[in-house]
Amino acid sequence: MNFKLKTIVPQLITVLAVILVFGFFTYNAQINMENRGIDFGYGFLSQESSFDVQFSLIEYDGSHSYFRAYLVGLLNTILVSVIGIIIATVIGVIVGIARLSPNYLINKFAAFYVEFFRNIPLLLQIFFWYFAALRALPLPQDAEAMFGVFFLTIKGLYVPAFIWENLNIFFYSLVAAVISIIIIKTYAKKVQETQGKQIPVFLIGIGLIFSLPLLSFLIGGVNLSFEVPKLKQLATTSFIYEGGVSLPPELIALTLSLSLYTATFIAECVRAGIQGVGKGQKEAAASIGLTPNQVLKLVIMPQALRIIIPPTTNQYLNLTKNSSLAAAIAYPDLVLVFAGTALMQTGKAIEIVSITMLTYLSLSVSISILMNWYNKKIAIKEK
Amino acid sequence: MFKYLKQLTSLVAMVAVLFTFTTESMAAKKSKTLKNTQKKGFVRCGVSQGLPGFSNADAAGNWTGVDVDVCRAVAAAVLGDANKVKFTPLSAKERFTALTSGEIDILSRNTTWTLSRDADIGLTFVGVNFYDGQGFMVRKSSGITSTSQFKSGISACTNIGTTTELNMRDFFNSKGISYEPVAFEKADEVVAAYDAGRCDTYTTDKSGLAAQRTKLSNPDDHIVLPETISKEPLGPVVRQGDSVWEDIVRWSLNAMIEAEEYGITSSNADSMKTSENPAIKRLVGAEGELGAAFGLDNEWSLRIIKQVGNYGESYKRNIADTGILPDRGPNQLWTKGGILYVPPAR
Repeated sequence: MNFKLKTIVPQLITVLAVILVFGFFTYNAQINMENRGIDFGYGFLSQESSFDVQFSLIEYDGSHSYFRAYLVGLLNTILVSVIGIIIATVIGVIVGIARLSPNYLINKFAAFYVEFFRNIPLLLQIFFWYFAALRALPLPQDAEAMFGVFFLTIKGLYVPAFIWENLNIFFYSLVAAVISIIIIKTYAKKVQETQGKQIPVFLIGIGLIFSLPLLSFLIGGVNLSFEVPKLKQLATTSFIYEGGVSLPPELIALTLSLSLYTATFIAECVRAGIQGVGKGQKEAAASIGLTPNQVLKLVIMPQALRIIIPPTTNQYLNLTKNSSLAAAIAYPDLVLVFAGTALMQTGKAIEIVSITMLTYLSLSVSISILMNWYNKKIAIKEK
Repeated sequence: MFKYLKQLTSLVAMVAVLFTFTTESMAAKKSKTLKNTQKKGFVRCGVSQGLPGFSNADAAGNWTGVDVDVCRAVAAAVLGDANKVKFTPLSAKERFTALTSGEIDILSRNTTWTLSRDADIGLTFVGVNFYDGQGFMVRKSSGITSTSQFKSGISACTNIGTTTELNMRDFFNSKGISYEPVAFEKADEVVAAYDAGRCDTYTTDKSGLAAQRTKLSNPDDHIVLPETISKEPLGPVVRQGDSVWEDIVRWSLNAMIEAEEYGITSSNADSMKTSENPAIKRLVGAEGELGAAFGLDNEWSLRIIKQVGNYGESYKRNIADTGILPDRGPNQLWTKGGILYVPPAR
């Protein structure tokens, strides 16, 4: 038997087995659904959903379609994932660096945080933050205003709503600021490379990003006013806040628990990344006269990031998938709205579960692609 | 080649296993469910995750409730022992999938009979063991005594995957009230969130409200409002496609209700065999061949009455004596002003 055949035959058998298994399940599902009088099809997506959702980023009520309900759930999942990833990254980086601090208290505190939060099951943490928060937060009528305009109550966090005039001009001024910063940055790099002169890009950037939008207020006709939440009485002991924007406690508890949990893993990635850069690198950088700040920014971090990014990508994926635990505390994410309520109301289990699985798959793959692209960008470029 | 022999054998074994499964599942014979149940020696019954009075497990794992009694009645009829039931606690979301996928054979879990459920998703409702309607529970301190006092902005806690979500929308829409639905997957979390003050009202079937109220930290601080906003006939469900099994479950329930109608109880069932009334004699198996129609012996209904009791006994034991709903309301016999009316067992 020659070598080629030896490698091909097992592969062929594997492919055949996979096809057989899939075929078997599809066939069986078909027979069983037929026997039990269950139709298969995606037509239900355009039907009226006739159930409401507590919290939605797009306009939605029960008169919209199931597809719209799917979008509501998807956007809520993306919302909690994006906020969670940002907060988890910030906490993770700070804690990761803190774990390397020579300061005993900071070091131990960071270590305690990591060990505590990563060793308790996430679902328990979600329940803890939700029900602990519900028990601890005041009723709307007892809530005291923070900074005069924020109200944190058991029914949610109420913040003032922005009411813009000429929002588009403000937006253009922001875009203009960002573009000019990019231009200045490229110019500064050129100047540094040819003349060795350094331009304080950071300070100029800060100045621009504040001054241009400010100008739009002064001469561009942009105006911003706030709508402060006001207490409204529903019944003798029942109150809510009206006006402004309200964030449900479910969203807050879920974001908090997901971020605190995932941050511990990111902190460990960051620590490993920084420790993975050879000591000699730092010493060599210092010996050619770089300041400690420059050492971190130009020598340590670029190398540490190569170690940090791949495992951190996993944590981002985990956070996104873990957000499906939202169903336990009534946050209307994809699983609760679509794979929960919509599935029950239509009975289209196979269709809805397959759509939900595909959606999570696409979300995860998108995050992977984005992070791999970034990883490639910062990888060592062989010349 | 020997290198791959091991993998090959396991593969062949796997394919063989797959084929046996296929042949088995395609050999659908008459009342496969009955045959399987008798072979296994227990009835597989899906119940709630804990609803006092309907299906609730005590600390020792013993299930009680009117929904539980339906499954016990089927076990008594089919297997001769009301205790031969395996209970599977299910969330509202899981229940139909568990039934259609064959994980359970009876779903007796305070499930509302609706057209779309009956027609669409491969289920068959066999009857009604509790006539219910959706209501609202509020804090007494709120001063609300009627749903007409509800105002826009009210937040309502409930379960997902129930008709409650749909009724709630219809109700608030028709009143022109905007509301915040807070829908949880499990009933215990709904209770906890409402208890903490997350919601102004808790809405579900009134029987459910009465039962869940007992789980609140101070049940007396809460009231169920008088209005009923929907019809919720709750009853056992079976998989579509096994009409013999469907009949067994339907008539096990009917036998309990009819037994109450004729005054047959668990204690006097044996002595009723000598009754003058032929309807009673048929129900206790002393006359006719009723069981043969679905492949059972003639004492199937006698065993139900002796081991589980009639509907009235079951209601009293589980719902009235536990203080959940002492008044039977519509769940009284038609002869006593209620709407319980079942076809005659003859």
